[in-house]
This record gives sequence, structure tokens and C-alpha cells, in this order.
Amino acid sequence: MLQSKTFVKKTKAGRVQKVVREHYLRDDISCGAASCSTCGAVEHPLSADAGAILVVDTNVVLHQIDLLENPAIDDVVLLSVVLDEVKNKNLAVFNRIKALCSNKARRFFVFTNEHHRDTYVKEMVGESPNDRNDRAIRVATRWYQSHLGENVKVLLITNDRDNKRKAIEEGINAETVESYVRSLAQPGLLDLVVVSTSGDVTMEDVEDLRPSKKKVIYSEHKPMSEITAGLRCGIYHQGKLRVNRYNPFEAYVGSESIGDEIVIHGRSNMNRAFDGDIVAVELLPQDQWHESKSFIADDDEDEEEDVHLAPNSADDAPRKANPTQSTVASSADSVSSRPVGRVVGIIKRNWNSYCGSLEPMPMPAGSGGVAHALFVSKDRRIPKVRIQTRQLSNLLDKRIIVAVDSWDVLSRYPSGHYVRTIGDIGDKDTETEVVLIENDINTRPFSTQVLACLPPLPWTLSPEDLANPNRQDLRHVRVFSVDPPGCRDIDDALHCTPLPNGNFEVGVHIADVTNFVHPGTPLDEEAAQRGTSVYLVGQRIDMLPKPLTEDVCSLRADVERLAFSVIWEMTPHADIISTRYTKSVIKSCAAMSYVEAQARMDDSRLVDPLTVDLRNLNKLAKIMRHRRCERGALTLASAEVKFEIDSETHDPLDIGIYQIREANQMIEEFMLAANISVAEKILKHFPLCSLLRRHPSPTKEMLEPLLRTASSVGLNLDVSSSKALAESLDNAKNDDPYFNKLIRILATRCMTQAVYFCSGDLTFSEYYHYGLAASLYTHFTSPIRRYADVIVHRLLAAALDIAKLPPLFQDGPQLTGVADNLNYRHRNAQMASRASVELHTLIYFRTRPTDTEARIVKIKANGFIVFVPKFGIEGPIYLTPKGDKGGDWVVDEVHQRVTKPGTNISYAVLQTVMIHMEVVEPQPHRPKLQLTLI
Amino acid sequence: MEYVNLLTGFRVDGRRPNEMRQLKGEVGVVARADGSALFEMGNTRVIAAVYGPREVQNKGQQVNSKEALVRCEYRMADFSTGDRRRKPKGDRRSTEISLVIRQTMEASILTHLMPRSQIDIFVQVLQADAGTRAACINAATLALADAGIPMRDIVTSCSAGYLCSTPLLDLNYIEDSAGGPDVTVGILAKMDKVTLLQVTKYHELLLIAASFRTPLVLSSIHTNSITTILHTMCSLVKHFSCHLYPEGHCFL
Repeated sequence: MLQSKTFVKKTKAGRVQKVVREHYLRDDISCGAASCSTCGAVEHPLSADAGAILVVDTNVVLHQIDLLENPAIDDVVLLSVVLDEVKNKNLAVFNRIKALCSNKARRFFVFTNEHHRDTYVKEMVGESPNDRNDRAIRVATRWYQSHLGENVKVLLITNDRDNKRKAIEEGINAETVESYVRSLAQPGLLDLVVVSTSGDVTMEDVEDLRPSKKKVIYSEHKPMSEITAGLRCGIYHQGKLRVNRYNPFEAYVGSESIGDEIVIHGRSNMNRAFDGDIVAVELLPQDQWHESKSFIADDDEDEEEDVHLAPNSADDAPRKANPTQSTVASSADSVSSRPVGRVVGIIKRNWNSYCGSLEPMPMPAGSGGVAHALFVSKDRRIPKVRIQTRQLSNLLDKRIIVAVDSWDVLSRYPSGHYVRTIGDIGDKDTETEVVLIENDINTRPFSTQVLACLPPLPWTLSPEDLANPNRQDLRHVRVFSVDPPGCRDIDDALHCTPLPNGNFEVGVHIADVTNFVHPGTPLDEEAAQRGTSVYLVGQRIDMLPKPLTEDVCSLRADVERLAFSVIWEMTPHADIISTRYTKSVIKSCAAMSYVEAQARMDDSRLVDPLTVDLRNLNKLAKIMRHRRCERGALTLASAEVKFEIDSETHDPLDIGIYQIREANQMIEEFMLAANISVAEKILKHFPLCSLLRRHPSPTKEMLEPLLRTASSVGLNLDVSSSKALAESLDNAKNDDPYFNKLIRILATRCMTQAVYFCSGDLTFSEYYHYGLAASLYTHFTSPIRRYADVIVHRLLAAALDIAKLPPLFQDGPQLTGVADNLNYRHRNAQMASRASVELHTLIYFRTRPTDTEARIVKIKANGFIVFVPKFGIEGPIYLTPKGDKGGDWVVDEVHQRVTKPGTNISYAVLQTVMIHMEVVEPQPHRPKLQLTLI
Repeated sequence: MEYVNLLTGFRVDGRRPNEMRQLKGEVGVVARADGSALFEMGNTRVIAAVYGPREVQNKGQQVNSKEALVRCEYRMADFSTGDRRRKPKGDRRSTEISLVIRQTMEASILTHLMPRSQIDIFVQVLQADAGTRAACINAATLALADAGIPMRDIVTSCSAGYLCSTPLLDLNYIEDSAGGPDVTVGILAKMDKVTLLQVTKYHELLLIAASFRTPLVLSSIHTNSITTILHTMCSLVKHFSCHLYPEGHCFL
């Protein structure tokens, strides 16, 4: 049977057009029930012994998706009208329900009611589309009931009171979500039910626990029509809200209409917007732009500092200005230059599920009933979330995932519902999973499509590879690799051959990953999406499948491997005479660890060729390093720690600072040189679409804390250029042997991180890499664990006319998108590794209270922040009990010192103190590392 | 956009991938003409009128005096699409389709039986919803049969496309404007011979052919797999022609 759908729509050009579409009605659509004999379908997703077949309406899917995902809910019929509505309203939910429907383990069935002869409903005159869809759902439910007969109960689940009433009038079984779930008698399930705050559901049974607080906290969001009008005439500005990672009361909105970031201070100005929401912002009058910090005090959440890993760069460190600073930095002139605004409406929500735990609270009387609890996300950018639970005692000591549902103007916190439990708080596996979820790291095993792209295993060198004219046979060359101990993914190897003319031929050989990862394949797409391998303590999450990572691409010793080589001729003074690039075949003769290589070089008795090569390389590297430093490269320092892990329990046994040897620096030097050479080559051939890496120069403001600290100990740092800074860092010496390193560590954390970018997006002067003092830089040397390197390999191959440039590179915006994703993944990977180290530090100190030496790095009103060099961590020490701000201690800003008046006890910045480290549990199941002065 | 619902396998208008639109045909709709037909494939509606065989009007056009001259004119009515735009006569597209229809029909008409004569085929699209080319060929066949012009076999035509990794028969307007590759195939139904094969986005079709095989050797795309696709599409079209002219039914 044929039906015509006719509707009128407006074209992009603004003309009104009448559209006619065919709509076929069929009689061969199966009902999907096993008990049905008439349909004769092959597949029966709905089981025969189902207690009831559920038909859900659109709002149930949209709001109760977490409940539907629970295995207790089954035998669900999803009507196509419902799916269409869900798709239009919320794509994320649609994807989840789609996954549910295609999951064979679940009994969900999609019934195409819109194309079924008996369930198609024509819109009646004067009927709204919503009412028509509701009617369609009821008609389909009734059809199911009559089709399946009286033996099977068909139940319409709806929270719409009107719809339910009509359904019952028409003789259909209908229930609300809550009453249905209650009838299942599974108390845990009720937590998943989202309690609707709109008027749809009867509110009698949802008691309001906080009647006294019924006051308006936030201003009402403007209606969408007003926002659109406001955006058009320039009163409002649209942009994505980004909450400061270290100060959740400060957010930025990148606005295109202003061309600058708009700062938003305080929760009330953020007006219920979440990180990542697209919001409409109204600028505040200019005279209010400077009142920056006062809002922080408004909110009553206490900003407690925790012991954490010492930051490696400005991006890791809190951007929060400390309260004492603003008094010194002569009013807030520097702040007032940035526009300040407030959120008036939310254009698109970015609500998600979040990891965290419940705020400790006493069990309410009559436990077993409904309890209201506050959920605290691990991600500090997310406000606390109110949830209802019936299993409070179970959840208190667990890490859980909570989804946000709504945020009312009357409520200080958004409300949400419990989704699932990850595990016990403090448990290593649980916390590791939390770290991975939080940083959006894909830990799923590689799909079969991806694995299908792998070369047949075991892989061996084929004659075709050797016959390839573009591939040079370097198997006779003495190539070797030096890596951290236990490294399985070896992506770089070196060789160094003395030439008859006294020069050296130095080669850097990088695993030829692009020989196996072809553009556009599922494998390539997966790698592009993952962006980088993630290294956690005792665990690695690969970017490429294991056979590639550890075998086919890894340049292991004594096997023939494909490589991409950069080969220089160098004088003994490390001047590069010529550079060439080629694909090659190599056979590494030794895979050494840094320790091993160092030992060989230091052992003067050894004179074998390999050791001589190492020594030659080291000599060259030293010259190159020296030259680089002269150009102004910064020798920065970080306090990376290393764990010794128990092989069985995987608990940390020992912890110590990662030691950097000459051998590390040697390898690093040649990798830098290779990266720079490749960057030059690809930029020359593809000036508009090369993927490069830049390191922006730090601004004056960013270096401010370093300068203040330095001047308080009488040190003058010249920060006018990286060269000047490098020199003054070299001169920063006093009788304290650790002083120089400490200053370097402090300098390092003032810098931002280097980022990938597409060369077409910036001008040449912006390509500069500040830290390395290189005008060009890229990543070429680790294609097994970084996708950026894979892209650069393709660019280099195209530059050498070995391969064609994939179409991606012709699309500037898409390439920029790839670079952005790489930066995001790279950053997340780093955050995850740091979080993992922090976690293991906590586990380590749980059983080992320690006394150690620490250095003061920052003075605060009621104490100071210390840095523990031995363990690379940083944390607060309170001189006065908490809550007592300042007390009887006096802060001397100029000299960065706190003194207790009347005594001669004082603490100054960079001073050494002895501290005691111990894990305490101030609240049950919330272990934290505490530092105290001894 | 999802042109084939992954969960139910239905297309946007409720058809399965291998189903065509509803067909309707009527002959003798233009009384003046020697043969005429109205043909519908879903919302695509075309009318065809045939004049001839008659004496060649312009002797200069006659190439071979031993065979009949076949002429064809294709037009889209101004009102045939949603936006009422004036369509100039003789634009590139119309000229091309006119030529295609002429060549296809010429291949099936027994022109050597009608020397020194000409046959005029006029096809006009009354309502366009994609697949006009195929509909016009079908209408022209019907009109020729109505005019009693001797033919080798019946030409049937249908389009097929490839969207959402599924081959789809008889695209409608939404599917056609999705930008996937598509083919229009015309076959001699009984003789099982292809007389028309037009492919748009040939390179995309090649890529699809490549993705059928695992992309191990991307460079060596085998023409074999393309033929497989085309064959599938042809067989879809054949299926269509059986539908249109059931066994034992002959217009000749």
C-alpha cells in the first residue's frame, strides 16, 4: 500500500518548497516475538516466556537510558517512531539505544511501526506532531496486544500522565517507569530511575527534603528565541565553556565574535553551565571586569590542597593565583584587560557521566529507604551532583559513575542518577580504571576489522621488500638500539660508521610503521583516534595492535626489520655535511638498555666495534648538545619518578627519581637532530600541510612566580629570551648542590607544553620551539607509539616521491582537526600517567610512613607548599590548624617568608625542612597522603 | 544520514534494498500518436509518444537508407520538480539523455525492416523523483510496442546505487541526491543482454570494489570485483524486468 507524505519545507536559499515523498506500508514486518506463529520471522529477539513485553515511549528512552541498559530490563519493543524522535532530540542517547538494539545478548526489538499496514497513523487535522506520535505508540501497543493474544502481556511504559490515561481508556496496559521498576522488586534498579522534575510524573511520592532552601540560586536561562536574537545583534556571544582544571570557579568561553576568551568568575555567573557546554554569554560592564577573585569566597566549598605529583609544566600546575599574590601585583590591572561575562543561556549541553564517589555522610535513620547523597566527581571541573539512592551503605566506599539529568534554578547542585559501580575506593584496579575513564582513554581491545589489517603473522622480510628500488638494504651496517630497560616497542635504532675521510656516517633508523598502516584503513583510523600509546605504572595501552607494537615494527635485535632512515655525514666536530632520507632494511645487532650502553662506554677495557661506535656517537652528541645550549636551548629539569613493581601483586616496592644518564642524553640528541632534519624536509615540500610541533614562548605573567621566588633568594634571572634564561639558569649557583636543579624545576613548570599544529595555520615565526631553541621541529622518531609520527612518515615518504600524499593533507581544516585531536590525546595520556604515578605513590606510602627532606617552593598564608625531591611530589604543610586562616604567622611577601612574631622561627622559600609523610584517613575510605613538619 | 536503517534494514521510504518502487503503466494515452504510454515508478511519472514509422522528413538526416532513422527528444516539464524553474530546451543534460534513449531504443528496434523511414520518440517527464532516465526508457518501450514497431526484444531499465555499504535498487530522490555512486542499466529482458550501462562516480565505485576485498593490496584493484558489483546490479534489474513483463506476456 502506498501512502504519500507531503510537507512544506524551507530550502537553504530561503525558498519555501513542497516536498512529496513516498511512504510504503507493508504487511511483511515481523513482530519479533517467539510466541508468535503468524509472522514467521527467523529471528525472535523477544523471548517466549517473557513476563511482559514492554513498549517504551520517547521520553522514557531519552531519560531512562541507564535503566534500559541494565540487564534486568529486557523484552523491549522500540518503535521506529520512538527511535526517530530520540535521534532528533539526542544523538548520544540514540547511539546508546542503537547499540542496545544490535546487541545479541539483549532482547530488544525494533518494530517499524511507521511502515506497518496496521500501525501506521495519519496525522489528524489539528493534531500536533507530538500527539500524533503518542497516538502512534498507543496504536502499536494495542496492535501488539491483539496480535500476540491474551497469553502475553504487553505493557506501555510512559511517564506522560496524559498518554497513560488515554492508553488505559483505550484498554492498553500502561505504567510509569517507577511503578514498573518497583514491581520488579530489585531495589538496586530503582537508583537508575531518573526522577523527573517536570510535571509529568506525580510528585506526591517525591518528597522535598530541603523545603527551607527553596530559594532561587541561579538566574533563569533566557529562552532560545531571545538567545538567537541576542546573538544576531551582538548582545550575546556564543562559545564553548571551558572550566579551569584547577579552579572550578573560573571558566573561559572562547568567543569568535569577540575574538578573545571571555572569563567567567564564580558558579552564579556560570549559571549551571558545565565544562564543554555551548553557551551564550553576556559581557559584564567594564567596571566589573577586575573583580576576579571575590567570587571564590562566595561559594562555601573548601578548596583543600592535596598532595600531588610535582607539575612538569605550566599546564599541569594550578593556574589559580594565590590570594596573597593579588595584593602584591598592584591591583588587578593585568586581569582587567580580559573581558568578563556571565552565562545567560545554554545552547547545547555536554552532560555526560562522571567518575567519582559520594561525599561521606552519616547513614540516614531507617536505612534501606531513599537517601539523598552528594556525589563528588574526580574531575574538579564538575560540580557536586545530587543523587538519590536506596543502597547508600553499599555505595559510600565505592567509586561510582553518575549521570547528570537536570539542574534547577532552585538547586545549588545539579541532580543526577547512579549509573554503575566501578569498585572500591583506593583499590588499585578501580582507581586505574577511573584514571582511564576520566582521561577518555580507549582501552577496548582492537576490533576484528582493525586486526584484519595486520600483515600475515609471523611476518618475515619478503623478497619484494628487498627488490623495492626505494628501499635500501642496510643489513650489513652495524645498527643498534638503546632504550629504557624492558622496552618492547623499540622504534629507533642508530649506527655510526667512520668514513675514510675522517668523517662519520651517522644514521637514525625509525620503524617503518607506515609500511603496515595504510591511510584510510580501519587500523589507521583506530590509531588516529587513539593518537598515542598511554604509559601507566606497570601497564601500557597501545596505539597499534600488539603484533605490530612488539614484533613486526619493533626494531629488535638480530631480526630483519623495515625502517625509515635519516643518514647524515658528519665531521668529527658534528657539523652536518649532507643529509639523506631513505626507506631501508636493517638488522639490529644489539638492543641495549641505557644502563648497559652507559656501562659499555664507561668500561675502558672494552674496545669492540660496538663500544667504539657508542663512544663516537657520544662524542658527537656532546658537541651537538653544547651547540644547542649555546643557541639558547633550555636544560630543564623535571622530577620524574620510577617505581619498582612487585611482579605478582603489582604493588609498588620502591620509588625513586628516574636517573638520567649520558646514554639517555646521547639518544635524545640524535632523535632531536633527526626530527629537525625531517621537519625541514617536509616543510620545504609541503609548506601548507606539514604537521609540526611548536613550543610557545612563555609570557611574562607565566614566569612571574619564578621571578618572585628567585628574587627573594637574591637571584636575578633574565627572561628576555630563551638564551638569556638558559644562561642565567646556568649561573644560578650557590653553595647548595641541589639549588640549581630546584630553580630549573621551578622554571620548567612555568612553561606551557609544546603542541602539534598544521603549518598552513600559522606564520613561520610562530613555528618556533622555545624549549629546544629550534625554528622548526616535528615528531618523526616514535611512530609505534605516536600517531603524529605516522603522519610525518607519510609526509616524508611523499616528499621523497616514494608514496602519494593521502587525500587528508589536501583538506586543511581536517588536518587541523587531526592535530587538535593529537594534542588532546597527548595531553590526556600525560594526565593519565601522572594520575597513575600519584596513585602508586599513595599505595606505596600506605604501608611505609617516611621521614624525608623537602624544599619549600611556595609560601602561603597559613603554611607553605613543599616539594619532595626524592619522590617527586608536592604538597601543603599547614602551620596552623585548618580553618584558622593566617593565625599568628606573618607573611613577608618580598622575601617569601613566614615568621612567627616574637620568636625567631621562620620559613623561607627554597629552605630545606624535614617532613614526615604518612597516609591518613580523615574520613573513612578516603585515604590521603599527609605531610607534617618535624 | 542513514539511508538504510541498520536495525531494521528498511530504506527511508519503507522499501527493502532490493525492492523497487510501485510501477504503473498505461498505453494509448495520446490519441494522436501512433503509440504512447504513461509510465510511473513511484513518484517519477513520464509520458512517451511515438510517431512512425513514417517518411523521412529531412533527407539530410538520413545516414543509411537501408535502415530506419530513430530520433528521440527528452524533456522535463517545467513543473516536474519542486522548485518551479524554467528549463531551457536542449540543455546539456536533456541532449545527453535524448541520445542515450535513442541509442538504447535503436539497439532493440529492427530498423532494417523499415528502410527510408523515420521513427520519432518523444518523452516528457511530468514528475521527477529520480530515475527519470530509466523510467523514460521503459515508457518508450511501451510506446514503441503500442505503435506496433517491430523490436528484437523488450528493453527494460532501472537504476541502482550504493549507499551505507548496501546496494540499493531503484533510488528515489533522497537517495539519489545523497551523492553515492549509481548505475543505470538497460537490458534486453529475454535475450539477457545489456544494452545500456551508465555509471556515475566511477572512481567511488572502484573504491567500493576495493573495500570488498580486504585492503591488503590496495593498489591492485581487481576489475573482477567491479564486475561482481555490476552483475549484482544487473541481476537486480533483471529481477525488475521479470516483474514488469511476466512470462507469456508479449506486446509484439
